[in-house]
Amino acid sequence: MANLTLELENERKKIETVAKSYGLDFFETIFEIVSYDQISQFASYGGFPVRYPHWKFGMEYEQLSKSYEYGLSKIYEMVINTDPCYAYLMDGNSFMDQKLVMSHVYGHCDFFKNNIWFSKTNRKMMDQMANHATRIRRYIDRYGYDVVERFIDTCLSLENLIDRHSILNGPPQFKEKKPELRESDFVFNVTKSYMNRYINPPSVVEQQKQQQMEKMKGMTQFPSEPVRDILNFLVHYAPLEEWQQDVLNIVKEEAYYFAPQGMTKTMNEGWASYWHSTLMTRHILDDSELFEFADKHSGTMVMQVGSYNPYKVGIELMRDIEDRWNKGKFGREWEECDDVRERKNWNKKLNLGQEKIFEVRKIYNDVTFIDEFLTEDFCVRNKLFVYRMNNDTGKFEVDTRNFKAIKSQLLFQLANFGQPIIKIEDANFENRGELLLHHVHEGLDLQPNYMDETMKNLFVLWKKPINLITVMEKVPQLFRYDGQQFTKHNLGADTPEQTSLPIDND
Amino acid sequence: MSIREDQSRFKNIVKGKVREDFKRFVTNGEMIGRQENELIKIPIPRIDIPTFRFGSKQKQQGVGQGEGEEGQAAQGQGGSGQGQAGADPGEHMLEVELTLDELAEILGEKLELPNIQPRGTQNLVTEKTRYSGIAPVGPEGLRKFKQTYKKALARYISSGSYNPEDPVIIPIRNDYQYRTIKKTQKPFTRAVVIYMMDVSGSMGDEQKEIVRLESFWINTWLKKHYKGLETRFIIHDAAAKEVDESTFFKTSESGGTLISSAYKLCQQIIETEYPVNEWNIYPFHFSDGDNWSGEDTRLCVQLIKEFFLPRVNVFSYGQVESKYGSGQFLKDLQKDFSGDERITLSQIESRDKILDSIKDFLGKGK
Repeated sequence: MANLTLELENERKKIETVAKSYGLDFFETIFEIVSYDQISQFASYGGFPVRYPHWKFGMEYEQLSKSYEYGLSKIYEMVINTDPCYAYLMDGNSFMDQKLVMSHVYGHCDFFKNNIWFSKTNRKMMDQMANHATRIRRYIDRYGYDVVERFIDTCLSLENLIDRHSILNGPPQFKEKKPELRESDFVFNVTKSYMNRYINPPSVVEQQKQQQMEKMKGMTQFPSEPVRDILNFLVHYAPLEEWQQDVLNIVKEEAYYFAPQGMTKTMNEGWASYWHSTLMTRHILDDSELFEFADKHSGTMVMQVGSYNPYKVGIELMRDIEDRWNKGKFGREWEECDDVRERKNWNKKLNLGQEKIFEVRKIYNDVTFIDEFLTEDFCVRNKLFVYRMNNDTGKFEVDTRNFKAIKSQLLFQLANFGQPIIKIEDANFENRGELLLHHVHEGLDLQPNYMDETMKNLFVLWKKPINLITVMEKVPQLFRYDGQQFTKHNLGADTPEQTSLPIDND
Repeated sequence: MSIREDQSRFKNIVKGKVREDFKRFVTNGEMIGRQENELIKIPIPRIDIPTFRFGSKQKQQGVGQGEGEEGQAAQGQGGSGQGQAGADPGEHMLEVELTLDELAEILGEKLELPNIQPRGTQNLVTEKTRYSGIAPVGPEGLRKFKQTYKKALARYISSGSYNPEDPVIIPIRNDYQYRTIKKTQKPFTRAVVIYMMDVSGSMGDEQKEIVRLESFWINTWLKKHYKGLETRFIIHDAAAKEVDESTFFKTSESGGTLISSAYKLCQQIIETEYPVNEWNIYPFHFSDGDNWSGEDTRLCVQLIKEFFLPRVNVFSYGQVESKYGSGQFLKDLQKDFSGDERITLSQIESRDKILDSIKDFLGKGK
């Protein structure tokens, strides 16, 4: 498959060897040279050559190819998390570009293979995606394009309702059953009916029944505890036709496949950038290419004033960690040291830097990465700030340079991808089989029109009224969509819901 | 490639959506406001798959990097508002950018300027210049290498000095060829559209907005489809005056209403500048129909009957629903001209009816 020119192949071998000598560990990586049109196509398919038919890919393609044609943006590099790893190089890029991209790609490949959040991803996703495509095409043939497309739209609307923390265990399998009274538990089979009242004495049966009813009172909650993984829950419990269940499952699988990439964007790009920089400047770069490299590298790293660049933050944090562990700037002694000069000249010559960053790339994700390694020094050095829209001037303003504010803002953005946290609270709400969702309000309201549409889509799957508890304009409210219209109830102090369904409001 | 299928599917949906919800866009006043460099950004509803997400107004904070004191403006826009950090592939908000032309095309597929005729004297032509000619002189930037090389090669071969073993061709001054402009001439049909708008006090802001939007779209569409179309703009209350395009779409005045004033000015313009045998003439008049007096209305009817109808291709009158109820003028015209194909009357009850009204005017294609 690989179609590298001899020249590039030689460089690739060289880069691979050097990368391995640093301890990078990756699946076999296959590079392909493709045209911009192909790379736009692959990129719109999320890196894969084949996906199921859907207009959203066409939409991506339209944007990517247009923005390339108008010279707005250009995809330099693309690599997918599979075994073997496939990476695409764009033809027409300069020789230096290709070397840079290859070095960068080996960084990603190592990350894919070793970061724990990727450990449960399907490395044969290339085949899996193709299988998904085949299945969906088959459904299209059977049920019609419009029907299937509409259903996919519905599923995609719920795509973000997954539990990203279940990634490490693989998606949970639901075994819960809706609680119901089963006589078979205490009424024995009787072959001779005249024996019945001796084997199942009415008083005992009645007593057992009472006991079970008593027990069930505590169990009527279904699911027994709130479920974050709504997509998976629906796959298991929504009253769907077989093909619909399969489509929903496909959407779920793909969402879970891509989730770790979102969870580790800053780290992953930081790691890859760290390595392209290291490999290129120390080994691969030809003297004559230095300026071009510097230009391209700084182009990737540029922090436009007032914006956040995962490449930049990632690589700087990686380097900061390396430096701190090389010099021993960690641990209690370091934390407790207040002397500025001493801190500045702190160097215990531990040289644990490399070891540490390899460990970091293995067990952290963006949230834990920022939480643990973002330091006040780092924020000051890199001039980070929190900006805020000033509604009077209509402009973004530097809000604060306070370390804690920066950190919490970053963490808030990264945690759950900046998506609202929504749980299934009750799938048998009001004992009518209605769905009750709870938006854990963290200070931001949901976008009302999107909320309505998404609830409609949920209704399509669940086929019974959808209820959502959220906070809208500081008022806790219960929204309900019954298939025809929306209603809302203020969850004021006098309503009983208040006690049984507490609202997080921090 | 299946991506092409997806792409065309997407385009069809977008176009379909634009058509389906088109009224929404047309009546969206922001649309005019948002054009920059002739490029309009249209957020396409529902193509952005709805999900539970945070409201956009609250998103406007994030982490940035750079200089600046607290409270100072952070230049550029924040790139890491919620939802952007680590977004899944394919989750971004879509804005389809259409140029005014493209939009006009979508709008105008079924529309045409009614009853247009080839008019104009024989010698009236448009001249188009294109860089399709070849000349022996010109600026170096326009030198055509291929032609120059060919000519030099021909010279070498014909003079017998060409050596296939050592095929070095050195062009001399005579071989040089340059691109040059070439003029092509095309006869064309000339048309003028005269927009008249009532800006009197009885027209509320909403009414004016509707009229502006409607004439804006008519104008955009006509400009796209008829090259060399001339447009004139008249606003009137009790008195009429001619204004330029941007003033036309911005002015708000108030005063009484004498529709005849606009018609007289229009008459004057046509008489002095647009001889009937050379021009297709399309007056459009928008008003709330609340004319000052019945007498003035009679004068208008007379003007239309005696001056306009014999001369213009189609006379179009659009009446917006006034806040004081619908004006009388439309009914007066209906009474006098019902069934006359040279006059088109349209009532615009609300923003939603703008597209229908445009179709009234341009959908006939007589």
